[in-house]
Amino acid sequence: MKHELKLYCEKSRLAELRVFLSGILSASGLNEITQNQLILAVEEVCANLIIHSHDCNPLNHIELEVHINQDTIIFEIRDSGKAFNIIEYKSPEINAVIKEKRKGGLGLLLVRKIMDKIEFETDPSFNTCRLIKRLKSK
Amino acid sequence: MLSINKASERDHLVIALNGEVDASNSVELDEVIQEAIADNAHKILLDGSELEYISSAGLGVFMSYLEDFNEKQVTFVIFGLNEKILNVFHILGLDQLISIKNTREEAEQALYEA
Repeated sequence: MKHELKLYCEKSRLAELRVFLSGILSASGLNEITQNQLILAVEEVCANLIIHSHDCNPLNHIELEVHINQDTIIFEIRDSGKAFNIIEYKSPEINAVIKEKRKGGLGLLLVRKIMDKIEFETDPSFNTCRLIKRLKSK
Repeated sequence: MLSINKASERDHLVIALNGEVDASNSVELDEVIQEAIADNAHKILLDGSELEYISSAGLGVFMSYLEDFNEKQVTFVIFGLNEKILNVFHILGLDQLISIKNTREEAEQALYEA
């Protein structure tokens, strides 16, 4: 099954993203903790794009597709902003976050811990980030 | 939606979060904690029993004050988190860095024993 959302690049739209994802995931049979983890991971990637690749420009948008398959859920996030290669990005150490009193940096660490696989592709028109969760895995 | 309530009780400040903390409103949480530190609060209780969601933007706020809490000898205890949110703290190991209790009673005890 495939679900799609066009998400405009405003932080206030994140709540709308959660409602969309929660509608899909609540029918998935996954427990609430896992559903929350998946919502969080997708939101972290989208928030990152909205803030850093699109400077919260409400005219820009991100496209999200959710594919629920037999053994995987795939979240495909496409945008045409500055390419952010999530795979090359190095998450900071937690201790460094504390010492430097940083408020950011934890999001992508969460994404890595929650998802089973992360893919990133870029071509001249689109960046695609694919978050893959195996079902019945963890 | 997020609403934040502040109340003084005995010798401590209670900050109660109601709703969802994300990148759109984490600055509100930041302001409240910053104010508490500026007002020289030494015991802060964070009531998370009505907190429904938190993303890294909110977690980052807590993390960014751990050094200040340390330097200014502020005791900061969180209680009442539901299991979904507790799980998020756990994924990052933040439950090892921040004092988290199940109930208000346990949290108060931790606050006054420290």
